[in-house]
Amino acid sequence: MSRSGTVGSPPGTERDAPEAPAARLGARRRRRLLGLGVLLGVLVVSCALSIAVGAKSIPLGDVWTELVAPAGSENALIIWELRLPRTVVGVLVGAALGLAGALMQGHTRNPIADPGILGITQGAALAVVLAVYAFGISSLFGYIWFGFGGALLGALAVFAIGSMGRAGATPVTLALAGMAISALLQALTSALVLSDQQSLDTYRFWKVGSIAVTDPAVIWQVLPFLVVGLVLGLANSTGLNALSLGDDVARGLGHRVEVTRRLGVLAIAVLVGASAAVCGPISFVGLVVPHIARFFTGADHRWLLPFAALMGSSLVLLADIAGRLVARPAEVQVGVMLAMVGAPFFIALVRRRKLVRL
Amino acid sequence: MTQVLDAPGRRVAGRRPLRAGPVSGVLRPRPLLVLLGGLVVLLACVLLDIGLGEYQLSPGQVLVTLFGGGDYADHYVVFGLRMPRALTAVLVGAALGLSGAITQAVARNPLASPDMLGITSGAGAAAVAVIVFGGTAGALGGFAEAVGLPMIALAGGLVAGLAIYGLAYRGGVDSYRIVLVGVGVTALAGNAIYWLLTVGDVNDAGRAMVWLTGSLNARGWDHVVPTAIALAVLLPLTLLGAHALGALQFDDDTVRGLGLRRDLARGLLLLAAVVLASIATAAAGPVQFVALAAPQIALRLSRSARPPLVSSLVFGGALVVAADLLSRTAFGAAEMPVGIVTAILGAPYLIYLLIRRYREDRA
Repeated sequence: MSRSGTVGSPPGTERDAPEAPAARLGARRRRRLLGLGVLLGVLVVSCALSIAVGAKSIPLGDVWTELVAPAGSENALIIWELRLPRTVVGVLVGAALGLAGALMQGHTRNPIADPGILGITQGAALAVVLAVYAFGISSLFGYIWFGFGGALLGALAVFAIGSMGRAGATPVTLALAGMAISALLQALTSALVLSDQQSLDTYRFWKVGSIAVTDPAVIWQVLPFLVVGLVLGLANSTGLNALSLGDDVARGLGHRVEVTRRLGVLAIAVLVGASAAVCGPISFVGLVVPHIARFFTGADHRWLLPFAALMGSSLVLLADIAGRLVARPAEVQVGVMLAMVGAPFFIALVRRRKLVRL
Repeated sequence: MTQVLDAPGRRVAGRRPLRAGPVSGVLRPRPLLVLLGGLVVLLACVLLDIGLGEYQLSPGQVLVTLFGGGDYADHYVVFGLRMPRALTAVLVGAALGLSGAITQAVARNPLASPDMLGITSGAGAAAVAVIVFGGTAGALGGFAEAVGLPMIALAGGLVAGLAIYGLAYRGGVDSYRIVLVGVGVTALAGNAIYWLLTVGDVNDAGRAMVWLTGSLNARGWDHVVPTAIALAVLLPLTLLGAHALGALQFDDDTVRGLGLRRDLARGLLLLAAVVLASIATAAAGPVQFVALAAPQIALRLSRSARPPLVSSLVFGGALVVAADLLSRTAFGAAEMPVGIVTAILGAPYLIYLLIRRYREDRA
C-alpha cells in the first residue's frame, strides 16, 4: 500500500512474466491470435447485422442487392443514407472509446478510470451547452466543433494540473485532477442547463449518446481526427508497458516517461473529443472494454490496445442493433443500451474470472 | 505506510507511543491540528449561514439567540428557518465525507467514492423514477413524491449497495472486485436516470435535474433528525472499525495474518458507508463531489496514509455549509442548487492542494 492510497498490484496477480517458459508463451500467443481472429469475425458479423437490421425489415437478399447495385429505391436510401453511415460511425467511435479507455486506465493505473475522468467528456458537454446557450446553435453541425474544442481544453487543463509539482504527472495526480476538473465543468454545465430550458432540451438528448448520424458529411469531418487518434494511441503501447513498471524503472530503462504521458493524453483527448462531438458522451465502453480485453490479453499493452479497439467497435454496434430492435419502431439510444446490456455482462465477467489487475 | 508499533513500548520514528489499557497509538500533531482547523472553519460557516440572508444577524446575535437571548423575530428566523437548513447541510456533508473516507480506504482507491460505486446513482434513479412518473401516474405517483421521495432514495441506495456486495461476493469480497462491480452498477443506474429524463416531459426533466444536483431548499427539522440519528449511530461504530480499516490497507494474506476477519470487516464498513450516503442523498439529493473531495482534502492536509475519518466528516460538513452560504448569498434570487456550488468551491481547493503537493505521490 503506497502512502497515496492508489490501487496497488498485490502479489500473486497475473502479469506477463518475462521468465515464463517458452511453451507457455507460445500457448498465450496462440490464444491471443485466436482471440484476434474471433474479434474480427464478430466485428464483420456486427457490421452486416447493423446494415441489415432496423425499424424497417428489409430481406437480407434485398440488402445485398442494394449494396452491390443501388436501385435508388426507398430501401437503397435507408441503407446508404442511414444504416451505412451509422455503422461506420459505430465502428470508429467504438474503436476510439475502447482504445481511449485502455489508454486512460494504463496511464492512471486505476481500474475505474474512464474517459469521463480526465475532464474530457465534461469539457465537451460544457462546450456544447455553451454553444446552445450563448450562440443559439442547435444543429449538430454547429456544435460539433464546440464539443471537440471543449474536450481538448478539458484534457489540457487536467494534464497541466496533474503534472505540476516535482514528480510531474503521476497516476494519482492525473486521476484526482481529472475528477476535480470534471466536477467543476459538470457543475458549470448544470448551472447553465438549469437556467435555460432550450439548453436543457438539447443537453438531455445529447447526454444520452447516439450513433444515429443525421448527416453523413459529419463522418468525413471527424474521420481524420479519429484516425490520427487511433494511430497515436496504438503507438503508445510500448511506452505504457514501460510505465506499468513504475516511473523510476521506466526511466532507468531509457524510456522518456513524460513523452509517453503527453502522447497518451493527446491521443485520449483526440479520440474522446471526436467521439463525444459526433455522438454525445457514450459512457461505459471506455470503462469496461479494457477489462474484458485484459481477460484475453493479460497486461501487455501491445495486445491490449488493439483488442480494446476491436471490442469497442463490436460492443457499440451490437448495443446499437439491440436498441433498434427493443422498442421497434422507436429506438433506444446506444448509450442506454450499452449500460443495460453491457453492465450485467461485465458484472458476470468480473464475478467469474480471475481478475487481471492493473 | 502507517506506522506500526513493532514491539510494546518501542518508540517508532521518534514518536511517543500512547497507551490506555488495551488501546495504544501514536500521537501525531499534524492531523489533530488539521481537525481543529476544520472544526473552526465549520463553526464559522455555520454561524454565517444562520446569520446571513434577507433578515441579517451578526454572528454575535446568532450566538446570543442560540443561547436563548434575542427577540421573537430573531428566534423565529434562527430556529424556525435557518438553523434546520444549516444543520441539514452540515449533516449531509458530514455523512458524505465519512462515507467517502470509508469507501476510499476499503477500496484502496482515491476515486472510489459512493458516487463511483453506484450507491448515490441507485438512490438517484429510484427518486427520478418517482419524479418523472409521479406527474403522470396519477394519485399514487403524487402521493409517493410528497411523502416518500427520501424513503425511496434511501431504499434505492440500499438496494444498490446490497447488490454490489452480493455480486462482488465470491468466497469472500475482494476490494478490487467490489470497485469493478460498483462501476457496473453505477453505469446501470446512471443510464437509467438519463433514459428516464428523456422519457418524461421537459418540466419533469427540469425538476428531476434540480433534485439530481442536490438542493437544501425548504429543508426543515424533519430532514435533520434522521440524518443526525444515522450519524450518531454510525460514527462511533465506524471509529471502532477504524482499526480494521488500517489493517485492510494491506494485501489479503497480511490481513489474514493480522487476525482480522476480512470480509466481515469490509462488509460492515461498506454497509455503514452505504447507509450514510443514502441518508445524505435522501435528505438533499445526490450532492456530488463531497464524498470524493472531503476525504482527499483531509488526507492531503494531514499527510496521513489513508483518509482520516473524523477530519473527512468535518471537511465534508464545512464544504456543504460553505456552499449553501455561497449559493444563498452570491447568486441572489436565483439560488444555485447546493450540489453545483460544492463542486465550484471544492474543486479549485482540491486542485490547489494537488498543485502544491507536499509529498511525492508514488503509485
